[in-house]
Amino acid sequence: MDFLNAIVVLANFVIVPATAYGAQLALGALGVTLIYGILRFSNFAHGDTMAFGAMVTILVTWALQGAGVSLGPLPTALLALPIGIAATSLLLIGTDKVVYKFYRQQKAKPVIYVIASLGVMFIMNGLVRFIIGVDDQRFADGERFIISARNFRTLTGLDEGLAIRTSQGITVVVALICVILLFWFLNKTRTGKSMRAFSDNEDLALLSGINPEKVVLVTWIIVAALATTAGVLYGLDKSFKPFTYFQLLLPIFASAIVGGLGNPLGAIAGGFVIAFSEITVTYAFRRVVNHLVPEGWEPEGLLQLLSTDYKFAVSFAILLIVLLFKPTGLFKGKSV
Amino acid sequence: MTQINTKNILLFGLVALLFILTGFMQSWNTTLTILNMGLISAIMALGVNMQWGYAGLFNVGILGFTALGGLAAVLVSMPPVPEAWAAGGPRILLALAAGAASIFAAVMIYKKMPAGLLRVVVMLAVLIAGFMLYRAIFDPARDAIEAVDPALTGYLGGLGLPVILAWPVGGLFAAGAAWIVGKTALGLRSDYLAIATLGIAEIILAVLKNEDWLARGVKNVTGLPRPVPYEVELQAAEWFLSLTERFGADPVTASSVVVKLCYAGLFAAVLLLLIWMSEMALKSPWGRMMRAIRDNEVSSEAMGKDVTKRHLQIFIIGSAVCGIAGAMMTTLDGQLVPGTYNPLRFTFLIWVMVIVGGSGNNWGAVLGGFLIWWLWIMVEPIGLWLMQTVTMGMAEDSGLRQHLIDSAAHMRLLTMGLFLLLMLRFNPRGLIPER
Repeated sequence: MDFLNAIVVLANFVIVPATAYGAQLALGALGVTLIYGILRFSNFAHGDTMAFGAMVTILVTWALQGAGVSLGPLPTALLALPIGIAATSLLLIGTDKVVYKFYRQQKAKPVIYVIASLGVMFIMNGLVRFIIGVDDQRFADGERFIISARNFRTLTGLDEGLAIRTSQGITVVVALICVILLFWFLNKTRTGKSMRAFSDNEDLALLSGINPEKVVLVTWIIVAALATTAGVLYGLDKSFKPFTYFQLLLPIFASAIVGGLGNPLGAIAGGFVIAFSEITVTYAFRRVVNHLVPEGWEPEGLLQLLSTDYKFAVSFAILLIVLLFKPTGLFKGKSV
Repeated sequence: MTQINTKNILLFGLVALLFILTGFMQSWNTTLTILNMGLISAIMALGVNMQWGYAGLFNVGILGFTALGGLAAVLVSMPPVPEAWAAGGPRILLALAAGAASIFAAVMIYKKMPAGLLRVVVMLAVLIAGFMLYRAIFDPARDAIEAVDPALTGYLGGLGLPVILAWPVGGLFAAGAAWIVGKTALGLRSDYLAIATLGIAEIILAVLKNEDWLARGVKNVTGLPRPVPYEVELQAAEWFLSLTERFGADPVTASSVVVKLCYAGLFAAVLLLLIWMSEMALKSPWGRMMRAIRDNEVSSEAMGKDVTKRHLQIFIIGSAVCGIAGAMMTTLDGQLVPGTYNPLRFTFLIWVMVIVGGSGNNWGAVLGGFLIWWLWIMVEPIGLWLMQTVTMGMAEDSGLRQHLIDSAAHMRLLTMGLFLLLMLRFNPRGLIPER
């Protein structure tokens, strides 16, 4: 029986990665949920928006690295992030002007927006592939670990090591800053309040003199910031590959729906629910159990519920359960 | 609903012209290859058009239903592997039965027991116990099957029946999956169905890639039996050689053209049958009811129509058509390669076909299928040519020039997205509108 070692193994392989992944999903889901709340459609181009933002950031990072600029132990990408956000904002506002605005004036059905977002997805996907290609790109630099497994072992004298990568630490910190800023903006500023009013009741908001175009504009800028940040953090933590960003759509949508579409708090909770269940269900618990049971009782199998290839199945299963039993999500989102 | 008017005939004539031009400019072999996939794409577009055009359902899981059709082709037509069956066949069936039984039991508990904490606990207990039992039987059986000559088989094989039988079976498989999705997501907002179908497609693909005992996973199943003769057989046949001699054709090219023509005939027959059936359905009272529901759900519900049930019905039928097309595609390829199923190609391209062709109109969807498929194939060479022209003035060794030429392959996605957006904006009813 060795609780401490068991907890360290669990933290190393489940809690730390799931927290980082959950923060990335939460940022992505926040973007989806904001668009849903203000513009009232599910944006299928969101994954590719993340890819686009990450791509611009990567290009700027490379330029900075080439010029010899660095942030010391932190990745240079953080310095390039604002430029990525600016470029993505321009792209999204441009898309809105060219594509979505027309349907807003027509008062088109939500599903038409969704189809339009498919077209946008195609174009963004093509754009990203056109500029940076389909291959894996690595752009992380600076210190690799906040604490490496070996240092942890010598520090604590335990058998098991706990490694926390810099990218994981940065993910959590940056995500926290983003969320605090977002909630401050939504709850305290005039524009934020008008956004919430617009989301709650469009007609009433229009009657009280809120300018819908301004609300939409601000929404796209915030979505660009969230999507780019999420994309860059995911890229730093794993690696940048355009197709994986497209595949992130499913867990991101699942997070937003599980939390309740249109509810920012729900999106954050949803992100962590999806991330933790995905990693817990696909993790082989053998080493944790080995520490917990008396000697000679060690399990033979891997104690893995599902192979890691089925991680998408986990988000999907959670999505189905929520749709079946609580279609408005854990936190009350927009009704069906 | 389609009027036979000059415009529509012209549109079809134009697409035919594109194919004929390809024949003259490249080769008839290429034309027929594009045509065969075009026929299959048209069938997929027909299926999606049923869901979207008749009922306004938004399905982005076409990829999954197509892949299930492909699985059907393998399971029906490949010869069984007796050693694998002896190693673990019955056990794996038993495991699947145990899994299904535990889910059924959980559903029954949910329906029969009074709501409350006890129900949740019992249900979870049944599900967890069922999962343990399933894994206990399943794991050793799977390992035993996959150990049987893994380089060549390592899977259960199929039934060894004629491959044509797989087409309706593929439809049935897809219908089953559609039932599961439809049961949960229909009746909620339209976006939810979209996301649920996106999910089921990913999962079907994950199963195909990872369950080696079923269809060899990423090791691929190749050499599926064909419904048409093989080229080599034709080249060896006395009558064929004398025929090509009379026309003065090269027997190798001729044999491949003949084989492709045979496929085209089969596919065209299926397409025409499906069009005829869906046109009849659309004209019937059932079709009128469907359109009424699409145009105004509230008033149809007030008239006593069960909207959710009708939606489920059309969703299953449309998905089944996609499943049939998927089985046909795997038959044409002669192999099941799960790695090639890409959502951009199999789901979203079909959507471009339906929107461009004309939603709600079967002929429109078919036209869109042919046109967009031709463009999808042809945009790449055209893009390459365009890039070479644009970069003509640049230096031979310019990095930008090389990059632009290399990136021409990605022009496809841009063009397709552009087509979709332009059509949706300026001609939302498509090339051949509903009425």
